[in-house]
Amino acid sequence: MMEKKTDMSVNIAGLKLKNPVIAASGTFGFGREYSALFDLSRLGGIAVKGLTLEPRKGNPPPRIAETPSGILNSVGLQNPGVHAFIRDEIPFLRRYDTAIIANASGNTVEEYEEMVRILSDADVDAIELNLSCPNVKEGCMAFGSTAAGITQVVSRVKPFCKKPLIVKLTPNVTDICELALAAEAAGADAVSLINTLLGMAIDVKTRRPILGNIMGGLSGPAVKPVALRMVYQVSKVVKIPVIGMGGISNGTDVVEFLLAGASAVMIGTAGFVNPYAWVEAINGLEQYMLENNCRSVAELTGGLIV
Amino acid sequence: MNLIHRVGAVNRLNEETFLMTIDSPEIAAAGRPGQFVNIRCGGPDAYLRRPISICRIDRERGTFDIGVQIRGKGTEALSRMRPMEPIDIMGPLGNGFSLKPEDRRIAVVGGGIGVFPLLQLLIEHPASEKLALLGFRSRDQVVLEQDFQMACDELLIATDDGSYGTAGFVTSLLEKKLGEKTFDRVFICGPTPMMKRAAAILLERNVPCEVSLEQRMGCGIGACLVCACKTRAGDDWDYAHVCKDGPVFSGEAVIFD
Ligand SMILES: Cc1cc2nc3c(=O)[nH]c(=O)nc-3n(C[C@H](O)[C@H](O)[C@H](O)COP(=O)(O)OP(=O)(O)OC[C@H]3O[C@@H](n4cnc5c(N)ncnc54)[C@H](O)[C@@H]3O)c2cc1C
Ligand SMILES: Cc1cc2nc3c(=O)[nH]c(=O)nc-3n(C[C@H](O)[C@H](O)[C@H](O)COP(=O)(O)O)c2cc1C
Ligand code: FES
Repeated sequence: MMEKKTDMSVNIAGLKLKNPVIAASGTFGFGREYSALFDLSRLGGIAVKGLTLEPRKGNPPPRIAETPSGILNSVGLQNPGVHAFIRDEIPFLRRYDTAIIANASGNTVEEYEEMVRILSDADVDAIELNLSCPNVKEGCMAFGSTAAGITQVVSRVKPFCKKPLIVKLTPNVTDICELALAAEAAGADAVSLINTLLGMAIDVKTRRPILGNIMGGLSGPAVKPVALRMVYQVSKVVKIPVIGMGGISNGTDVVEFLLAGASAVMIGTAGFVNPYAWVEAINGLEQYMLENNCRSVAELTGGLIV
Repeated sequence: MNLIHRVGAVNRLNEETFLMTIDSPEIAAAGRPGQFVNIRCGGPDAYLRRPISICRIDRERGTFDIGVQIRGKGTEALSRMRPMEPIDIMGPLGNGFSLKPEDRRIAVVGGGIGVFPLLQLLIEHPASEKLALLGFRSRDQVVLEQDFQMACDELLIATDDGSYGTAGFVTSLLEKKLGEKTFDRVFICGPTPMMKRAAAILLERNVPCEVSLEQRMGCGIGACLVCACKTRAGDDWDYAHVCKDGPVFSGEAVIFD
C-alpha cells in the first residue's frame, strides 16, 4: 500500500472542504436519496436544491429532455421553502461530515436579503446566491444577467451575510467576466459557474416543444467545453476563488477545471447516469494527484500551461 | 447498489417489442410488482438511463424479465444486446402496487406496453379471484397472452381494430365487467387517456384503483424533481414525483389534465 501523501482539502474564502468535489444544486435534492447509495461524508460539500422564501411548486411537466450528451431541464425551483429546509433537512445533513451550501433564490432584492438573513442564522456552511436560474419568470436570471443587477443584489445582501457568500453566475450573457467582476466588487467571497445554458428541444411528430415550459437549461457533458472556457476566463480576472461546473463526469474532468483556474468543482447531471459519479471523481482526482506528486489541490488550481 | 448485471436472454415478441431476461439475484430478491429499473442502454446518443418496469420475477433462478417496446435510440440499443453481455441497471426503484390480503377480488386493466408490470402483479397477488383486461391496437400487437392466461382466472382481450378478441377499447370491457360484478381493487397501466378513463369509471362506482404513471426521468430516485405529476393534496394540488412517490399512485390521488 502506498501511503497517502496528498492533501485533498481546500479552503474557499473560509469554507473548508475535505475535498474539492461538491454536489451541484438541484441535482442532489437534500442528499437523502443518494445517502442510500453512498456515504455522504465522502463529499467535499452538498449544494442543496435551490431554496426560496415560500414553497414553490415548480413548472409543468415534462421537465426534462435528453439532447446529445446532455439534458435540458425546466424544474423551476420546486422546493419546500427555506423554513422547511432549516427545520427538516439540516438536521439530516448534519449527520454527515460534509459542508452544507444553501442555494438561495428570490423574486425581488428584498427577498434575496430576507433569504440571506435567515440562512445566516441557520446551521449552514456557506450561501450560494442563485442569480442564474433560467427557469423562473421573475428574479434570478433577470438580476443575474447584468452587472448592474448583480451589484444591486450582492451589495444589498452582503452586510447581512455571516457566511461565505458564493455568487452563482449564468452563462447566458455576452461577457461572463463582467458579471464575475461585478460580484467580486459588490462583496462576493467566491463565484460559482456555470449554471445551465438556455435551450430548447422540439418533438417533430407532435410539432410541440418537449418541455412543458418550452425552454429549459442545458447541462451535462455537452456544456463542458463552454464551462471550462468560462472558468478559465473568469479566474484570470477575479481574485476571489472560482467554483467550476458544467458537464464534469469524472476525475479527469475535475483536473481540467482545476487547471483552468477552479478552486473547487460541482457535479450534477453526470450523477443521473452514474450515481457514483461524485465518489468516482474524488477517487480519480486523488489518483491523479498521487501519480503526479501533487501535494495539494491548490497546486493544480490555475496550473494550466499555455 | 451493484449496477452491473448480465443479460440472460432476448426474445422478440413482435416487430417492435421484445422480452429480455436479466440475471440479477439482487434485483430478483428485492423487486416487487410495479417497481421499475433504470437502464443505461448505451448506443451513440442515449445519454440518460431509461426507466422500464419489472414484468416478471423468477426469485429461484435470480432473474427478472422486462418487456420493451422499441421507441427510439435507447430502446433500440437495448434490443441489440445479447446474452451474457454486462448491462448497467439501477433498481429496483419506485413503490410498486399494493398487495393487500383483504383484496379478495381484483382486476388489472392494461393497454399496450402498459400490460408488462401487471403480469408479476397477477402472479404474486394473494387474491382468490383475478381478472385481466388487456387492450392492444391490433392482433399482431398482442403480447404474453399465454403468460397472462396462466396468471389469472379470466383473461379478456380487446383490440382497437377488432382483429382479435373484442373490438374496441379495454375501458369498454371494464364497464361491461363492472355491470356483472365488483372488485376490491383494480390496477391500471397504459396510455394516459386510457388510465384517465378507467380511473374515472372506477371512481364513479367507488371501486378503489391504482394507476402506474409514466414520466420522463433524470435521476430515477427522487433527487432531481424532473419527473413531476399532478396529484391532489388536501383541497389543493401539488407535484409529486413518479420515480419516488410512484410510479404507482392511488386513482383518487392523480389529477389527469
Ligand atoms: C416508470 C416507467 C416504466 C416504464 N416501463 C416500460 C416498460 O415496461 N416497457 C417499455 O417498453 N417502456 C416502458 N416505459 C417507457 C420507456 O421508458 C420509454 O419508452 C423509453 O425511455 C424510450 O426511450 P428511447 O430512447 O427508446 O426513446 P427516445 O424517444 O429516443 O427517448 C428520448 C428521451 O425521452 C424519454 N422518454 C421517451 N418516451 C418516454 C416515456 N413514454 N416515458 C418516459 N420517458 C420517455 C427517454 O427516457 C429519453 O430520456 C416506462 C416508463 C416509465 C417512466
Ligand atoms: C435538474 C436540475 C436542477 C437544477 N436546479 C438548480 C437549482 O435549484 N439551483 C441552481 O443554482 N442550479 C441548479 N441547476 C444547475 C446545476 O447546479 C449546474 O449549475 C448545472 O447543471 C451544470 O452542471 P452539470 O453539467 O454538472 O449538471 C440544476 C440543474 C439540473 C440538471
Ligand atoms: S427522476 Fe429525478 S426525481 Fe424523479
